[in-house]
Amino acid sequence: MSSSRGRRGAAGLAAVALTASLAACTASSADEGKAGAIALTATDSRCDVDRSSLPAGDHTFAIANKGSRVTEVYVYGLAGGHFTKVVTEKENIGPGTSYDLTVSLAPGRYKLACKPGMTGDGIRTRLTVTGRGSATPKADPRAAAAVSAYRTYVQGEADRMVPLVDRFVAAVKAGAVDKAKSRYAASRVPWESVEPVAESFGDLDPRMDLREADLEPGQTWTGWHRIEKALWTTGDLRGLAPVADQLAADARVLQGKVPTADLSVASIGNGAKELLDEVSTSKVTGEEEAFSHTDLVDFQANVEGAREAYRVLRPLVEDTALLTRLDAAFAAVQHELDAHRSGSGFVSYATVTEPQRRDLARVVDGLGEPLSQLTAAAV
Amino acid sequence: MTESRDRSQHLSRRNLLLGAGAVGAAGATGAVGAAVGNAATAEGRPVRRVVPFHGGHQAGIATPVPGHLHFAAYDVTSTSRADLVGLLQDWTAAARDMTAGHPVGGPSAASPLAPPEDTGEAVGLDAANLTLTVGFGPTLFDERFGLGARRPAALADLPAFPGDMLEPTRCGGDLVVQACSDDPQVAVHAIRNLTRIAAGRAAVRWAQLGFGKASSTEADAPTPRNLFGFKDGTANVLGTDPDALHNQVWAQAADGAPWMAGGSYLVARRIRMVVETWDRTSLAEQQQVIGRTKTVGAPLGSPHERSAVHPGSLPAASHVALAHPSRHEGARLLRRGFNFVDGSDGLGHLDAGLFFLAYQRDPRRQFVPLQQALAAHDAMNEYVRHTSSSLWAVPPGVRPRGWWGDTLLA
Repeated sequence: MSSSRGRRGAAGLAAVALTASLAACTASSADEGKAGAIALTATDSRCDVDRSSLPAGDHTFAIANKGSRVTEVYVYGLAGGHFTKVVTEKENIGPGTSYDLTVSLAPGRYKLACKPGMTGDGIRTRLTVTGRGSATPKADPRAAAAVSAYRTYVQGEADRMVPLVDRFVAAVKAGAVDKAKSRYAASRVPWESVEPVAESFGDLDPRMDLREADLEPGQTWTGWHRIEKALWTTGDLRGLAPVADQLAADARVLQGKVPTADLSVASIGNGAKELLDEVSTSKVTGEEEAFSHTDLVDFQANVEGAREAYRVLRPLVEDTALLTRLDAAFAAVQHELDAHRSGSGFVSYATVTEPQRRDLARVVDGLGEPLSQLTAAAV
Repeated sequence: MTESRDRSQHLSRRNLLLGAGAVGAAGATGAVGAAVGNAATAEGRPVRRVVPFHGGHQAGIATPVPGHLHFAAYDVTSTSRADLVGLLQDWTAAARDMTAGHPVGGPSAASPLAPPEDTGEAVGLDAANLTLTVGFGPTLFDERFGLGARRPAALADLPAFPGDMLEPTRCGGDLVVQACSDDPQVAVHAIRNLTRIAAGRAAVRWAQLGFGKASSTEADAPTPRNLFGFKDGTANVLGTDPDALHNQVWAQAADGAPWMAGGSYLVARRIRMVVETWDRTSLAEQQQVIGRTKTVGAPLGSPHERSAVHPGSLPAASHVALAHPSRHEGARLLRRGFNFVDGSDGLGHLDAGLFFLAYQRDPRRQFVPLQQALAAHDAMNEYVRHTSSSLWAVPPGVRPRGWWGDTLLA
């Protein structure tokens, strides 16, 4: 789905992918970070950093509050030409206390702000991060392996999507309503399984997956759901050939972008959580496929995408209780979904009763809660 | 989750508000007691309005009734007994935090990449006399958890009463949590966080918000009014009356289920009041229906609210006459109901009424015969509709190292 909610989610993902702010170090881990730490001295009137240029990657700011007031430190990135995007922050640094703030920084321009008294814009100082490509959150080879495995999965889904979309588009352009209906849901499965990554490619998501309810005034409606409405309401496909061609072209754009997609352990983990959010907010409610009622096909694809993300991150997670809980929760969701299978697909969501929808919502909540812990446990 | 807690990291929500100094000194703030008695901050200032969580009986029964209610019934969605036990243990840990005015799990934002453990909307609020009371429904004793043989005889399914208009989606539940507080946001925060903790193990079946307590358990407190505009609960069992509590409210080991000793049985009924027709009814008729005067609350024909009730001298079908203990072998109830308004019913009428909550030692000789008499004859029936009905066994209080239901499940 693309909606205002979905787009916010995409923006959040992109931000995390670029600048995964790692868990702030606690005092116990401060010593090991001291060697490469950047001293940041905050007073009531100054915000002194001992370096103004850094290479891309993980950095620790050793913050010392030598002022008389409680302070907070922000790292701001550019958003719309202004330094307003919070990359990371630490509040409540008391007078005379220190704090190590670790952050993963991508190349670009930043501003550091100290805010004595914890109010206002603060005292700002410039910071430039140099280098190529994205920040590497961890040198851990297991993390690199996870990112690589997930990229292979996403590429495989994108590759699989192109011919499926082509077959759907061909039926639409031929005016073959029944054939197009039968190919509609399948053409969306790869998209739904990698949607958080697809959403990070800017306007691809609204072009391909916008719902009618989320159209803004003056916006042209394109993508799957425009065709879905025509197929399941009037059956009149005249004039939709350009929309269909655009969809096929966009599928190829997506396919070509995967090799350079910004992926990190954090973005994969957050993507899994976002897939469950999708299920919870638009599939269980039946909002996504308002005309075709093929929501359960999307539901299954979202779950499979989340499960794949979990599979590649699993080796990075040491919290065995969380793993046990996630394994059981994925199984519970699949068990509930399997009850609605019909032939090679699923029953129409219009036939799923309120108590059945409630049962689906319950297992989705049961998975969504532990899945929201995955990112922090994996980085 | 709960095992890794460092209790010394706990802050009262009040301290969080005090700002950076307090947070920076999290370690120094020290263990802010486990909610026994009045906890105190590091500065020595008392955190007011704390009802002790631990004790021989659960709080929220005989303790004073605060102004707001959030009541939630849950279905256990797991079939694993270990999950049920784990849930009750996690709930107990969270309840210790919240009833003391602390956020769940201590200070939030341990990792910016993880969601905060506490949802946050009660930061800056004190406990506001929050009590959390847990009960077990008859369905918990089916085949899933091997508890069939432990089901108390007093937890017999309630019979159907004449005139009931029950909505199945508002009835029953394997578990129940009653959250009472003087701040509605604190009560809602508690249920919201317990529900989140339950994900994958239990899910909300139905829930009810209530306000403006409709009964008091305090001798010196003015009797509250229900939405009929009448005083309700003048003859309630008081939390300060040990004999009445012993005889009418607390289950005893000798009653047949030793694990329930010190517990009680809770009947919940959502009673929709047809307030529009009631409001068009003459004062004389309203008073005949209730059996008391509207303004003073005195039994009809008597001068004072506390005048002795002689049921024989009241209208035979009046509510007070029919419910009088002398007609039910002395049976009384500890009522702690709340008024509710769930918006409008779509016809322009208030969807409002009384969320009736009554604690007792044995429903078979207390609520059931009483309600049978009322359902058959009560003149009030014209103005009420019972839309939900449920019964729970409320286990005894939690010991400092114990957890809800340990006398049944440990």
